Amino acid sequence: MITLEQTAHLAHLARLELTPAEIAELSGQLGAILDYMAQLQNLDLADVPPTAHAVNTANVLRPDQPVPSTLTEKLLEIAPAPEDHFFQVPQILREG
Amino acid sequence: MTASITTRYETIIGLEIHCQLGTATKIFCGCSTAFGAPPNTQVCPICLGHPGVLPVLNEQVLAFAVQTGLALNCTIAPYSKFDRKQYFYPDLPKNYQISQYDLPIAANGWLEIESPDEQGKFYRKRVTIQRLHMEEDAGKLVHAGAERLSGSDYSLVDFNRAGVPLCEIVSGPDLRSGAEAAEYAQELRRIVRYLGVCDGNMQEGSLRCDVNISVRPVGETRFGTKVEIKNMNSFNAIQRAIDYEAKRQITALENGERLVQETRLWDEASQRTVSMRTKEGASDYRYFPEPDLPPIQLTPDQIEHWRSHLPELPATKRHRYQEELGLSPYDSRVLTDERAMAEYFEGTVACGADPKLASNWITGDITAWLKTQKQDIRSLACRPSDLAELIGLIQAGTISGKIAKELLPELLANGGSPRALVEARGLTQVSDPELIGQWIDEVFAAHPQELSQYRSGKTKLFGFFVGKVMQKTGGRADPQRTNELLKQKLAP
Ligand SMILES: [Zn+2]
Repeated sequence: MITLEQTAHLAHLARLELTPAEIAELSGQLGAILDYMAQLQNLDLADVPPTAHAVNTANVLRPDQPVPSTLTEKLLEIAPAPEDHFFQVPQILREG
Repeated sequence: MTASITTRYETIIGLEIHCQLGTATKIFCGCSTAFGAPPNTQVCPICLGHPGVLPVLNEQVLAFAVQTGLALNCTIAPYSKFDRKQYFYPDLPKNYQISQYDLPIAANGWLEIESPDEQGKFYRKRVTIQRLHMEEDAGKLVHAGAERLSGSDYSLVDFNRAGVPLCEIVSGPDLRSGAEAAEYAQELRRIVRYLGVCDGNMQEGSLRCDVNISVRPVGETRFGTKVEIKNMNSFNAIQRAIDYEAKRQITALENGERLVQETRLWDEASQRTVSMRTKEGASDYRYFPEPDLPPIQLTPDQIEHWRSHLPELPATKRHRYQEELGLSPYDSRVLTDERAMAEYFEGTVACGADPKLASNWITGDITAWLKTQKQDIRSLACRPSDLAELIGLIQAGTISGKIAKELLPELLANGGSPRALVEARGLTQVSDPELIGQWIDEVFAAHPQELSQYRSGKTKLFGFFVGKVMQKTGGRADPQRTNELLKQKLAP
């Protein structure tokens, strides 16, 4: 079960603008997903150690060796709003 | 008035310090971390957060973080992982920061500070380290002045810094004054510099310090309302910001006002903290495990290997200098501030020099010379063995301290054996009573008037005769012997 308020809060955190109809629809869908996942609660997992990863590997590391950054021009080119050698972004500290 | 205020409240301070780890490349990609490159020339799809890329942990970041954790007496986690901390800010390309949440690489440690109290008496205090974790830095926003004036609604961002490795170190709420907090930050800086994991440059932002501060009446066990202060770029600013903020909070409480939990910025120009007017308590980072980075598992052997490679740290050196070498807390602190200086001192003592004399020379004349010549002790031509030889010559009475001081610049600039220099310049101290006696007689002969004045009671002139003998011999006459002989000759 997920309330309309919870869905609205999640949407705000994800910076999504949803209409009341969409919030209602998504609340139903998210609730169904949670119910589905809740089936796991019925399993006896007392002897299973908790894990944060599905793949059983650890310590994937790389040496501290520089790789030349050759893609600057291209990365700027595909950005929504490049300016000189910068990326334009929304201003955060708006006056007034 | 002030006295009654400070006796009734205590200030509770904890610090969060971000150290930029001195690796060649970023934490999850091969882009360079060099400071000061043209904007966005050290970026790639990984640190810009393009879809489908795969971050891979830099092994040097892990090594540096573990070494720092060990130096701070932390427990190193046998199992550690990365998480996504999600928030929106224009300098954060992925809209999440890769950090560590519930399983940081190191936790539960402490460091010891040793600093003078208000009476100047040194005291030692252990400050707890709650946790240490690895994370990536964000980019840098550039607000061009002209754009702001013209009312433009955008900023520019340089992502060269995005993905630079950081180590965040969180202290317990153990600090009680601005001075103590500044000392803690300085000690942490010394440690990371000793380890060589961070250059500690506050101006360039390699070491950044956020302060959590609250006040409460003495005797109260619950914490007061916590305020976070940011934007201090020197140890001095940390101290002043805390002292200002503590006073502000106490005054507010005295006036019956309610404090709000908020973030404030230290404003260097006006010497006060100002509210950032952001809504607090609304932050909800929705951490979850970073699926692209497998966990880190360390064996006791690996951890012991790193531990065995730790250098002797400043606090241990301070103890040893005081307890084994008999130095004062003050001298021990000055000598151990930089690892290179401490090692120079230890090298000199290992060559047989008296520790107190070696300390005086290094923290006094040598430090002053290095400063005026803009030189580094690591590249000094005069080796510790040379300094030990010079100190030996003074102690053996071969040369006076005054001559040694005169020789010092030459020795520091060019190195070489002080003994050879003394001999080549004919500066050996003369202790031969016959020769000194002869010089005294010559001085008497040249100054008959002063001699008769002395004999008629003007005994203040004793120093005049000593000075004349020294002047005549270029300081080579043994001062003690000269004094004795003069007394004999002047005796009625
Ligand atoms: Zn990169």
